[in-house]
Amino acid sequence: MSDDHGHDHPKHELSYYAKRIYAMRDLLIEKGVISEKDIQCQIEYQEARTPANGARLVAKAWVDPAFKARFIADPKAACQEIGIDATAINEFVVLENTPQVRHMVVCTLCSCYPRPILGRPPDWYKSFNYRQRSVSDPRGVMREFGLELPDEVEVRVHDSTADIRYIVMPMRPAGTEGWSEDDLAKLVTRDSMIGVMDALPSLPE
Amino acid sequence: MDGVHDMGGMDGFGKVEPEPNEPVFHHPWEGRVLAMSRAIGVFRAWTIDTSRHAIEMMAPSFYLSRPYYEKWFVRNQNLLIEKGIVDADEVEAGRALRPAKNLPRGPFSLDDIDKVTKRGSFYRPAQGPAQFKIGDRVRTKNFHPKHHTRLPRYARGHVGVVERLHGTHAFPDSVASGKGDDPHWLYTVRFDAQELWGADAEPGSKVSIEAFEPYLEEG
Repeated sequence: MSDDHGHDHPKHELSYYAKRIYAMRDLLIEKGVISEKDIQCQIEYQEARTPANGARLVAKAWVDPAFKARFIADPKAACQEIGIDATAINEFVVLENTPQVRHMVVCTLCSCYPRPILGRPPDWYKSFNYRQRSVSDPRGVMREFGLELPDEVEVRVHDSTADIRYIVMPMRPAGTEGWSEDDLAKLVTRDSMIGVMDALPSLPE
Repeated sequence: MDGVHDMGGMDGFGKVEPEPNEPVFHHPWEGRVLAMSRAIGVFRAWTIDTSRHAIEMMAPSFYLSRPYYEKWFVRNQNLLIEKGIVDADEVEAGRALRPAKNLPRGPFSLDDIDKVTKRGSFYRPAQGPAQFKIGDRVRTKNFHPKHHTRLPRYARGHVGVVERLHGTHAFPDSVASGKGDDPHWLYTVRFDAQELWGADAEPGSKVSIEAFEPYLEEG
């Protein structure tokens, strides 16, 4: 593509990655290591896992105290109960936020994340600044997301250094009594289940 | 190893910048790399620990400057070559130069993808009773191994409290060194922020890690 200062820009760097990746794919297919269908299957499997899974769990726990107790006691069984496949997680731990204690999850060493429940991690979760400062300045990091916690709240950071996976159960927003699970689930954002934000106070536009 | 990947507590990289309405992938090739990684992972040619270590072994300048999924791609390529699944001259040539090794490939379709996409369990039978119980004070060891480890630098040599027991798991330090599972008890250990970061840290705040028993001694 040419522009108005008289020369052609080189092709965007991304095409370089794409070229290498597709070359490797072709080599692996030619050698019979994987097939194009394998890749498509994996893409479909990945796309079926989104933060909507976590939001359903949290919304149900908000309205159903017995389910909440089961969700905290045995999160994988609770997932199975409502048809969410969490079997790929070795051990799954629910961290319940309260007015006194707030939880926040990070992986300082790489990018461990509860993928079956929340899908792929966002870029900020994998970013160096989050991995660095979430353990030493969690309140400062939350502030960058727009969350200002009262001084008396205890902050608990969980660094995923092995293969335990965490979901934060945010507090149910005030004024949502009588709401349906479906509507409540719309308040439960991905970021609230990582613990850097509250659940939304009202339905998004 | 005390590599650049062990980032907890560093500073100077600026603020966290969440992207509003971030797409799952910014470029289609990122999703391809993830799908290919998982498709290759089906063969269990290497473990998650080996794969983490392969990223840690990248040159720091590369690690710090290249996109996340490019590191995954390079990791795959390095491990595929190391394990003899493809050869370096084939990557160079862009085509197969010799037949593939016989891989333990089972049936693979969307119907049975669950069987093949799940990571193997990390649980292993206990080799003995757990040395610590919930509520015990423990001190993390001060060590600086050359091999892969999951005890971050910021949490070494500090006193914390055992919060949970997670059973016995394959030990990443051993697995990534090619020395087998060497299973050990896994604990959640909770530290006061001031124990880790000093008097300026926020009073009352806590940080927990998951710590394998060999990382711990009595506090």
